[in-house]
Amino acid sequence: MANATIRKPRPKYLSLGALLFEIRLPLAGWVSILHRISGLLLFLAVVWLLFMLDRSLASEEGFEAMRRYAGLPPVKLALLALIWAYCHHFCAGIRFLFLDLDKGVDLASARLTSALVIAASLALTAWLGVLLW
Amino acid sequence: MVVGAHYGLRDWLAQRITAAIMAVYTVILLVVLIGGAPISYAVWKDVFAQGWMRVATLLFAASLAWHAWVGMRDILMDYVKPAGARLTLEVAVLLVIAGYLGWSIQILWR
Repeated sequence: MANATIRKPRPKYLSLGALLFEIRLPLAGWVSILHRISGLLLFLAVVWLLFMLDRSLASEEGFEAMRRYAGLPPVKLALLALIWAYCHHFCAGIRFLFLDLDKGVDLASARLTSALVIAASLALTAWLGVLLW
Repeated sequence: MVVGAHYGLRDWLAQRITAAIMAVYTVILLVVLIGGAPISYAVWKDVFAQGWMRVATLLFAASLAWHAWVGMRDILMDYVKPAGARLTLEVAVLLVIAGYLGWSIQILWR
């Protein structure tokens, strides 16, 4: 083109600061990225969970040792985080299955189900936490 | 024109089928554990000593292996662009998953 306009530099919003403080994810976006983060977390944690399952099934002493181990505050906190990750991954996954079937794709219900997923996974985490300890 | 490696639909479907299997197993395990006697070593051991529970748990572990592979590969494809680093991490993920699966079998059929 003869009179092509000079390209203005486009603003770039993908700096870490922008990612953290400027880009506001809608609720459904939070459900989605947390689904990914919780999945990664669970994948990495399987080795630890298998270790505890192995020890707890190996012998009576192993079982009692794991019970004491799970009672230590930092372990308890980590386990609660993993329980949350599992619950969130579970609930958000079910939401995605419904989205695959074209159910709940309009804005209002997408927002509502996102809020439900976040609330349900927190409630399930609290319930399982109470049950375990 | 047909392009691509053609594993997309199969993996997409596998991701969902394995998810459904794991969801059902999760509910069954919760019902068994909550519905039964208070958990002691004897109760805990008996739960995983039953034949059907071992097979169900193995099915869960196999589903997890496939599900985790598809999920981790998606993450690596999105965030790790250099081909060498991506391939290295993909191989590492596969080895870890194979290890997880082998260990699960060992735990279940001790």
